[in-house]
Amino acid sequence: MEDEKEKRVDAEDVRHVAELARVSVTDDEAEGFVEGFNDVLGYFETLDDVPGDVEAEDDFDNVMRADEPRPSLPQEDALANAEETEDGYFKGPSVS
Amino acid sequence: MSTTEDSFNAFVTRCDVDSGEGALDDLTVGVKDNISTEGVETTCGSKVLEGYVPPYDATAVERLKDAGAHIVGKTNMDEFGMGTTTETSAFGVTRNPTNEEYVPGGSSGGSAAAVAAGDVDAALGTDTGGSVRCPAAFCGVVGLKPTYGLVSRYGLIAYANSLETIGPMARDVETTARVLDVIAGADERDGTCGAEAEDYVAAVEDTEGALEDATVAVPDELVGDGVEDGVRERFDDALETLRAEGAEVREVSMPSLEKALAAYYVIAMGEASSNLARFDGVRYGPGGEGDNWNEEFADARARFGDEVKRRIMLGTYALSEGYYGEYYDKAQNARALVRQDFDDVLDEADVVASPTMPLTPFRIGEALDDPLQMYLADANTTPVNLAGVPSISVPCGRAGEDDLPVGLQLTAGRFEEAKLLSVARDFEAAR
Repeated sequence: MEDEKEKRVDAEDVRHVAELARVSVTDDEAEGFVEGFNDVLGYFETLDDVPGDVEAEDDFDNVMRADEPRPSLPQEDALANAEETEDGYFKGPSVS
Repeated sequence: MSTTEDSFNAFVTRCDVDSGEGALDDLTVGVKDNISTEGVETTCGSKVLEGYVPPYDATAVERLKDAGAHIVGKTNMDEFGMGTTTETSAFGVTRNPTNEEYVPGGSSGGSAAAVAAGDVDAALGTDTGGSVRCPAAFCGVVGLKPTYGLVSRYGLIAYANSLETIGPMARDVETTARVLDVIAGADERDGTCGAEAEDYVAAVEDTEGALEDATVAVPDELVGDGVEDGVRERFDDALETLRAEGAEVREVSMPSLEKALAAYYVIAMGEASSNLARFDGVRYGPGGEGDNWNEEFADARARFGDEVKRRIMLGTYALSEGYYGEYYDKAQNARALVRQDFDDVLDEADVVASPTMPLTPFRIGEALDDPLQMYLADANTTPVNLAGVPSISVPCGRAGEDDLPVGLQLTAGRFEEAKLLSVARDFEAAR
């Protein structure tokens, strides 16, 4: 049991997930996350025997509103926190 | 009140927004730093948002201003609300005013500390899995997590949308009710917030007899082995007080609660991994460097602290191909069972009672290295967020070798804040 948990994820798995999540981590940092990951994922095994066919009683109704145009945040305010802007737009890194 | 000293590091930013007359014009208020304040820096306790100045107010802040509240600062918090101790803030640890060697609880630890220290009369916190109630309990103040949908989340910087709520904190139930009265109620800018508010000030005006013939349910699952002896003693005293006020205390079983903590963390981390994808350094916050956009974004996001990285990555893992059924599906089913258990118990009882936290505050530095141990401390608060029901923590004495505060958690049915506040006020007056 203990061994099984240990094997759940290793530093390589952490680096892979970090890449998927676009979070840069160093090799040392990745190593540092391994134990905590395995502890937490091990604890998630608590959910293993939750039945798969629970009827969720949903007593909420969707509320719709008319789709009417109205003023929104001024462009200038929306851009105020960006490091780089160009011609009234956000400027992001080039996608290549 | 001194606006220059901040002995407990309760604030990230000081401000002085005083907007005239209204129902709260006699109150100074702190606002947690993940709630947008127009023109006042809002960081979520993170380097990722350092320097961010929101161009608009959150609805809750707008309503505070309209009511004349004097907003004096943005309060410190665990980074993006992820923590139980207010130690993961990029702007330093907040200390517990009742004893500086201990944490104030989290994630709204700055709000609780500012209230406990008398720096403010009231504060707004946010509660995703206990982040208002835990620090209220640890600092010996009152904290309310409202029903999901009663207080607008517009302008709250999202961490886990399906769980989080904005809630008031103060030194007494009456002030807590006054602040709720102002911030509650429908907001067309939050599609989940359509509820009619009640008169919460009236609800706490004359509460004598509120507990007469009330039924208080105590779930076995929340008072088990995980609860420290000293906390258990204070909780038993609290039950004695409730009985003396005429309440009937009944033991109940809510078996789904054994699954609630794991379900909570799977759902919260999954939602976090998606919500926090927006922080890429392009529209707000400092940017990154790199040879392509993937590297630039990843570099900007390297500014997240370890706990935020951990939750983003675990959320990404749990939602990824091949693991979704094992974690997220199961967690959603467990959530439905928790909701059902609360519905069933609250059909028969007026409130559910438990210790807010199973233990007294950690020493500073004690819990940081072991994430799972820190998560386990949220066992009694997280089920409430899964069910979406309202819940309040009220002080119920002190325990442990250093005589630290203990909180009583009372939980009612959806949108029953008036009853909940009235019961809490009666308890507060009686003990």
